[in-house]
Amino acid sequence: MNRLLVLAFSFGYLALLFGVAYAAEHRSAGRKSLVANPYVYALSMAVYCTAWTYYGSVGRAAHQGLSFVGIYLGPAVMAPAWWLVLRKIIRVCRQQRLTSIADFISARYGKSAALGALVTVVCVLGVVPYIALQIKAISSSYEVLTISSQGVGASSTALFTAGALAAFTILFGVRSVEATERHEGVVLAVAVESLVKLLAFLLLGGFVTFRLFGGFADVFDQAAAVPALQRLFTLGGAGTSGAEWFTLLVLSMSAVLLLPRQFQVSVVENVDENHLRKAMWLFPLYMLVINLFVLPIAFGGMLRLGGRGFDADTFVLALPLATGHSWLALLTYLGGLSAASSMIIVETIALSVMMSNHLLMPLLVRGGAGQPARQRRWFAYLGQVALESRRLAVVLVLALAYGYYVVIGRQLPLVNTGLVSFAAVAQFVPAVLGGLYWKGGTRRGATLGLLAGFGVWFFTLVLPTVVGPGQLPTSILTEGVGGLSWLRPGALLGLEGLDYLSHGLFWSWFFNIGLYVGASLAWPPTALELRQADVFVDVFRRRSLAEEVAGWQGQTPLPDVRALLLGFLGKRRTDQALRAFAERFPDALPPESQDFSSQAPGTGHQALTAADPRLLTYAEKLLAGTLGPASARLLLASVAGAEEISYENVVGILKESQQLLEANRQLQKQRRQLQRLTDELQLAYGQLQALDQQKDEFLYTVTHELRTPLTSIRALAEILADNPDLEVEERERFQHTISREAERLTRLISLVLDLEKYESGQTQLDRTPVALADVVHEAADTVAQLARERGIALHLDVPASLPLLPADRDRLMQVLINLLSNAVKACPPGRAGRILVQAWPTPNALLLSVEDNGKGIALDQQNQIFDKFFQAQNQSLRKPEGSGLGLSITKKIVELHQGRIWVESAPDQGARFFVELPLVVLGNQLVAAAPQPLPLSADLTTKH
Amino acid sequence: MKTPHILLVDDEPNIVMSLEFLMRKNGYQVGIARNGTEALAAIHDTLYDLVLLDVMMPDVDGYQVCRQLRESPSCAQTKVIFLSAKSQPTDVQQGYAAGADLYIPKPFSTRQLMDKIRDLLSK
Repeated sequence: MNRLLVLAFSFGYLALLFGVAYAAEHRSAGRKSLVANPYVYALSMAVYCTAWTYYGSVGRAAHQGLSFVGIYLGPAVMAPAWWLVLRKIIRVCRQQRLTSIADFISARYGKSAALGALVTVVCVLGVVPYIALQIKAISSSYEVLTISSQGVGASSTALFTAGALAAFTILFGVRSVEATERHEGVVLAVAVESLVKLLAFLLLGGFVTFRLFGGFADVFDQAAAVPALQRLFTLGGAGTSGAEWFTLLVLSMSAVLLLPRQFQVSVVENVDENHLRKAMWLFPLYMLVINLFVLPIAFGGMLRLGGRGFDADTFVLALPLATGHSWLALLTYLGGLSAASSMIIVETIALSVMMSNHLLMPLLVRGGAGQPARQRRWFAYLGQVALESRRLAVVLVLALAYGYYVVIGRQLPLVNTGLVSFAAVAQFVPAVLGGLYWKGGTRRGATLGLLAGFGVWFFTLVLPTVVGPGQLPTSILTEGVGGLSWLRPGALLGLEGLDYLSHGLFWSWFFNIGLYVGASLAWPPTALELRQADVFVDVFRRRSLAEEVAGWQGQTPLPDVRALLLGFLGKRRTDQALRAFAERFPDALPPESQDFSSQAPGTGHQALTAADPRLLTYAEKLLAGTLGPASARLLLASVAGAEEISYENVVGILKESQQLLEANRQLQKQRRQLQRLTDELQLAYGQLQALDQQKDEFLYTVTHELRTPLTSIRALAEILADNPDLEVEERERFQHTISREAERLTRLISLVLDLEKYESGQTQLDRTPVALADVVHEAADTVAQLARERGIALHLDVPASLPLLPADRDRLMQVLINLLSNAVKACPPGRAGRILVQAWPTPNALLLSVEDNGKGIALDQQNQIFDKFFQAQNQSLRKPEGSGLGLSITKKIVELHQGRIWVESAPDQGARFFVELPLVVLGNQLVAAAPQPLPLSADLTTKH
Repeated sequence: MKTPHILLVDDEPNIVMSLEFLMRKNGYQVGIARNGTEALAAIHDTLYDLVLLDVMMPDVDGYQVCRQLRESPSCAQTKVIFLSAKSQPTDVQQGYAAGADLYIPKPFSTRQLMDKIRDLLSK
């Protein structure tokens, strides 16, 4: 194909990606994120499928059959565990503001700068060849497409590629110094590329399967007819042993979690933990679909192009080209470009952050920490350098990859380099998983394990690739290093019979895990390591900064912290961050310093206020996003002037804070209980007091009521005694009055005793079936005389046919007499009085009413009239008629019968008293059959 | 010296009956009111030398009657004795605060009462 056309399409496609990334950033700034959904998240994770998938799977399938599937089976098997493992990593990273796998391991093991650097070196050495591979894929696919084995060399194509990708990466990947800021543009671009490579590959697969052949069955039938291909149909025949399968699974499981680019898209760029739920099945589905056509294409290639000197890795392009479909080939090429470029971009971003944070910044921070006088300017300078160093790192990574490609990589097949890369990353597995679930893992263990694993990895897996003409002598492989046979890279310590990859993985993990566990157990961890172990392992139990153990004790003046942040984050972001902090912990900042924007740094009295430990922790995390955890800690330590806190110190703080938390919880609980008790007591006290006051009032009123007749009796008795010469008539009148007043006194006393008896609950009703009509007539007889005297018309309307009432006849009589005599008293003087007594049945009760046409009762008094000595409420005003006990005794009796009494009335409209008495007594059998006394229930007796 | 004029105020007929007998026996002139309203009217109409005043009455209570009496300049010389079944210290205090000359709790000794009345009238 025309070279210019291909170039135009390549750059056109890259320009399209620029557009997509730009749009995403634009939308993100406008808060309408295109990226914050699980589909984009899952698609961006598919950056896992690189050019190696695109070209290499077919290549591998052509020679080794199904074994390529292992690399995709591992992640698929692993996916359900993401909710446990990946989510925990995401949570830790978000909380600690970690932005790379190096950050993660360094932070977990005491924020060790050395460990961060080591991880970075391993990553760079392990992954750069892998990037080189992608560059190779792009350039060689370009070569295949343009069929140019002469002229402009493949290496210059590769150089252009690397340059264009470096520009893209710097533009969209390294724009902000705070690495925790997400790269929405990059993520969307990567997601789009994932779609493009999937569609292109499916299109090609469909073309091969259904156009070149007659469907799946046809491809496989034709392949089965060729013996060389037929052996690929079975796992054993293809030469893939069980051990190798297992190794592939394990390697790909670790890679999908820990490869720098996977860590970048699945952890750092994660917007929402819940997106994992969808990604957990979308991602495996993606891998299933993209692998559907691998075998048909591989067989198709072997059948059509086999023996013509084509590299199986290029079948994907060669097949459409050979059959004259150059546009399809171009599209396929773009798919491959997608796969390779997305991998390069993301991997480079991840590596550049790591290199900058773990190799460059620790050196710089250490260099400038000594001179407090120049600190502020130094910080501002560092902030700038952080960004520049990251850009520099991008160029460096791509230059390294390009260099590797030029020097070594051109001869290597895609798959092998990729797997060696995987094996390098797999060295992180013990430190990461151990760090997440085992509090005992220490910095020393992780460092030693990683060093050993990395060394063995290099020896067993890398060394053999550089053996050959002009490089290392082949004798190393056959004789062992220095002629020692146990030092053969392919059979370390005499272990033979395993394939190259399994052998390397076995020994590297053997030493890695052994030293990690052994050294962790052998040497005690430092205080900081203990604290970080706690923070990582218990991340789901920790909720906020406030619950975190305060790791800072220095007396840092507040403006210093601000100046430090200012240097790295800029004024706007610093103010914003400190304001957010002040909102969360209003108590942690002195009040006058909360207005950050108006505050001049370093003014006199400000310098005196020390920063809260929580602020230091917060600042450390903010900086960790920029510099990595180790540098951030160093930097803050230099400002805080604090010693690295001692082991005992932190263990003390840890224990103390846990005990405090527990004690606090207990106290809170007890406080709540006490509060509840107090409330109850208060209520009871209030009730008691009210009762007491009622009792007092009652007593007071009783004595008052007694005094009145007593006064008459005493006065008249004295008059009689002092005046022996009284006229007979007058003497008799006085004597008669005395005896009437004495009777009144007696009545009053028995009423009071009655009431007291009812209230104390000692009364027992003597229930018998009573005919209400009988009782009403009898009661009416007792007041008839009085009524006649006052000219009151008394009407009784109580049918004799009413059901019998289970009641105490005497008490019922008392009720009726009380109501009737009240009615008589209420009736107006003169001849207009009228009283009506009615009774009628309701479903479960009898209803009785006594109605008069007297002066009525005001609404607000209709409840009070049933209180004893109702007039007591009115202090010195006396109720005109009655003792003030009648209605309350009446009410008591009705309630003893489990009935109700109430009044309907309006002033000057008369009053109508209602009594409702139940026909069936609750908690007892029909009383007609059981005349036993009714035991009183508690609530009846305690009501007053 | 003219016959002292005494007003009896009580809503209890038997007490009024006994008091009326005692006053007449001692040669005083007697006026009777059976509640607060009647008492106020009586005070307004006639100049009494002494008022025997009950506290608890259905309409206007004794304290109020006493206070109104004290506000009238014409009654400046009128003595007031409370006769009340309310006998708590606060009640007594309230009675004196209303302007009473004496507060006697019920039931009272007729002899002592007559002594006190004589004392008050001779002042």
